[in-house]
Amino acid sequence: MKHFNLFLLLTFFIILSCSENDNNSSSDGYDRSLLLSNVVNNIMIPAHQNFDNELELFESAVNSFTQERTMSNLETMQDQFIETYKSWQHVEMFNIGYAEEIFYASKMNIYPANITRISQNINSDNVDLDGNSNQFSAQGFPALDYLLYGVAENNTQILDIYSPDNNLTLAYLNLLVSKMVDNTDSVINYWNTNKETFINSTGNTSTSSLNKLANDFVYYYEKGLRANKIGIPAGVWSGQLPQNVEAYYKSDISKILAVEALQASADFFNGIHFGESQTNGEGLYDYLAYLDDTNYSDSSMFLGLQDDIVESFDNSMVKINLLNDNFALQVQTDNMKMLEAYDAIQQGVVRLKTNMLSILGIAVDYYDADGD
Amino acid sequence: MINNLSEYFKQESYPHSLALYRIGFGILVMYSLIRFAYNGWIESLYLEPDFHFSYLGFSWVKPIGVYTYLIFLICFFSALFVTIGYRYRYAIIILFLSFTYIELMDKTTYLNHYYLVSCISFLMIFLPCTSYFSVDKNDNTKVPKWTIDSLKLLIIIVYLYAGLAKINSDWLIHAQPLKIWLRAKYTIPIIGETLLQKNFSYYLFSWGGMIYDCIIPFLLLFKRTRNFAFFMVIAFHVMTRVLFPPIGMFPYIMIFSCIIFFDSSLHKKILDFINSFFRLKINKTEKFKTVNNFSLNNRFTIPVVALFFLFQIIFPLRSNFYQGELFWTEQGYRFSWRVMLIEKAGYTTFKIVDNQNDKFFMVNNMEFLTPFQEKQMSFQPDMILEYAHYLGDTFKKRGLEDVSVYAESYVTLNGRPSKRFIDPTVDLYKIKIDLKHKKWIIPMKDDIKSLL
Repeated sequence: MKHFNLFLLLTFFIILSCSENDNNSSSDGYDRSLLLSNVVNNIMIPAHQNFDNELELFESAVNSFTQERTMSNLETMQDQFIETYKSWQHVEMFNIGYAEEIFYASKMNIYPANITRISQNINSDNVDLDGNSNQFSAQGFPALDYLLYGVAENNTQILDIYSPDNNLTLAYLNLLVSKMVDNTDSVINYWNTNKETFINSTGNTSTSSLNKLANDFVYYYEKGLRANKIGIPAGVWSGQLPQNVEAYYKSDISKILAVEALQASADFFNGIHFGESQTNGEGLYDYLAYLDDTNYSDSSMFLGLQDDIVESFDNSMVKINLLNDNFALQVQTDNMKMLEAYDAIQQGVVRLKTNMLSILGIAVDYYDADGD
Repeated sequence: MINNLSEYFKQESYPHSLALYRIGFGILVMYSLIRFAYNGWIESLYLEPDFHFSYLGFSWVKPIGVYTYLIFLICFFSALFVTIGYRYRYAIIILFLSFTYIELMDKTTYLNHYYLVSCISFLMIFLPCTSYFSVDKNDNTKVPKWTIDSLKLLIIIVYLYAGLAKINSDWLIHAQPLKIWLRAKYTIPIIGETLLQKNFSYYLFSWGGMIYDCIIPFLLLFKRTRNFAFFMVIAFHVMTRVLFPPIGMFPYIMIFSCIIFFDSSLHKKILDFINSFFRLKINKTEKFKTVNNFSLNNRFTIPVVALFFLFQIIFPLRSNFYQGELFWTEQGYRFSWRVMLIEKAGYTTFKIVDNQNDKFFMVNNMEFLTPFQEKQMSFQPDMILEYAHYLGDTFKKRGLEDVSVYAESYVTLNGRPSKRFIDPTVDLYKIKIDLKHKKWIIPMKDDIKSLL
C-alpha cells in the first residue's frame, strides 16, 4: 500500500514536472537558431527594409505628383509603384507577430480591389481603413493599382481625373500611401525590438519561431502564391476570373510579380540572402539536408526531399516563364498553360505541406484535438 | 474440461475489485468529459462543422445542435451515477449509449481509447459492480470471479493486439514513425537533446514498446511479477504522456485499468482509505454473503460476454481479408488497437466535373470542412469517398445535373516521399460506399511486412 501511494504520487509528479519549455536553447543536433538568425537577419529584415525604401520613394513620387500634377510625375509615380509592388513580394510571406496582429498582409494585398468601396471611401469625409475586414480590398496595392491605372482608359484621361478641381481621389491616394508607410514602419519596429527573442525561440511547439515561419511559409505558398496569383484567375475553383489577377489594371506586370514571389519563396527555402543571390546561408533546405544525413542515411525511405522541393520550385519557374506577361490575357487566350503552371506549383505545395512538415515534426498549426 | 469450466464460473471473489473499478472508471469518464468541454471541443468538433463523417450504417448519428450539450450532460451524470453506484444498471447502460453516440457522431475524432471506453462500459453493463460500496442496495454479496477476470481479459486483448501490430518492418527495422516523432521532441528536459537524438534510441523505443505491449499482460497476471509489471505500466504510460501530449486520457485509463490485476485485498485497502478520508461511513463489513441467484443471471450474461470477447478477438483481424498495404489503405485499421503506429499526412483536393457542359473546377475544402476534418480526410480513403459523395450531392443540389467527382490526392506515410493516393481517373461519386476492397486506391509500391 505504501509503495502503491508512492507510485501514484510519483506518476503525477513526473507528469506535472514534464511540461515542455519553449524558450530554452535545446536542439535536435541541428541548431534552429542559426536558421532563424539567417532568415531574420539576412532575409526577412533586409527584405522589409528594401520594401520600406521603395515605399518611401513611392511616397515621395506621390508627394511630387500631389504638388505638380504633370504627366511626367504621373509616370514616375507609376514606375515606382511597380518597383514597390515587386519588392512587396519578398515580404508577404512573413505574416508573423505584429504583422499578423494588424493584418498587415491583408491590408497590403487583397485583390481584386473593391471598386465600390473605394469610391465610397473617396467620397466620404471620415474613412477608417482599420474599421473592418471589408476595408482590406479597398486599400494597399490593389487599390493603388486601380487609382493609378484603372480610373480611366489612358494616362491623359487619368491625369484629368486628378485635375485640380477634384482633390478627393488624390487625397485618398495619399491616405492609402501614408497608411501603408505607417503599417510598414510599425512592423519593422516590431522586428527591430523582437528579433532576438524570435531567434532564440528554438523550441518545437506551435508558438516556436520556426514552427510559425514554416507554417506561414507553406500557407503563403499555397494561398498567396498558388491560389491567388494563378489558381483563382485560371478558374481552378470556379469559372475563369481574369479580373482577379494581381495588378489587374496594370496586368502586364502580373507575371513579373509572380516570378518575383516564386523566387522569394525559393530563396527563403534555400536560405539565400536577400539581394545577394550568391550568398547562401541556412534555410529549410539545410535543415532537411541535415536530417537526411543524420537520421536517414541507413534508410531508403526518405532521401533528398530538400532537392525534390527545389526541383518543384524550378519546374514552377519554367512553367510560369512560359506564360504571357499579362495573366488576364493568358487566361482568356490559353488557360491550359495557366493550369499547367498551377499543377507545377501544386506539386511543391504537396511536398512542403505533407512531407516537409511531417519530417520536421512540425504540426500544422491550426487544429487542436487529441490523437493516438 | 466442461467440469472445469463450470467450476470456474462458480468461483467467487470479494466485491471490492469491481466496486473500485466502477468508481475509478466513472471518475475518469467524468474528467475526460470536463476536459473535452473545457477545451472547447464540443463546439469545434461537433457544432461548428457543417458536415460530419459517419460510420457505415450510423449516418443517422449526428450532433443535434445545441442539444448536443445535453448528450454530454447525460453522459456526465450517468458517469456520476456509476461512480456513486446509484441505479447502476440504468446508469451504465446510459453511459455506454451516450458515450458511444458521441463517438459515432463524427469519424474524424476516432481514437482508440474512446473505443476502449465504449468497450469497457458495455462490458460493465453485465458486471455486478454495486455489490459493495454503492448507493444502491449494497447487499454485500461476493461476485463471480469471472466478472473481474473479464475486465482483465479486455485489457490483455488491448495490449496484445497493440503489441502484435507493432511487429512490422516499418516499426522494427526502420524505427518509424518514432524516428520522426522522437527526434522532434528535443525540448523535453534531460533526454530531449541527448537520448532522443540518437539513432539507437529510436530502435530502443520501438523494440521496447513492442516487447512491453506483448509481455506486460503476462507480467501483470502472475503475482510474482505483478509489482514490477505495474511499475512498468506507470513508467511506460507516463513516458508516452510526456513524449506525446496529444495522447490525452489514454495513459490514465490504462494505468488505472491495470490496478484490476491486483489482489482484492489491495482494492479493499483503497476503498477503506476512501471511506475514511471522505468520512463516508460505509459499513466496513468483513462478512460477505456468497453469490446467490446468480445462476439465473449467468445463463444470460455469460453467453453475451462470451460473444463480446469473441468479437474482440476476431474483429481486429479483419484487415487480413483486404488486399493492399493496411497502413496505406487503412481497410480494417480502426477498432483494432493500432495505437500511434503511423505518421501519415495527405493533401487531397477534389475536381468537380459538370458532364453536361464538360466544365470542371476544384473544390475549396475550407468551404465544407474544418481544418481538423480536412487533415483527417486527406489520408483516410473511406473519408475521402464519403466526402466525395457529399460534394457530389451538394453540387447536384446547386444545379449541376450530371456531376462527377475526382480526387487529386497525395499521401506520405512514415517519412516516405508523398505519392499519388487515389486514382485520379475514378469518378468517386459513382463508387458505392461499402466495406469492399477499395480498388481506386493506388497501391503503395513499398511493401511493409507485418505479422497481423
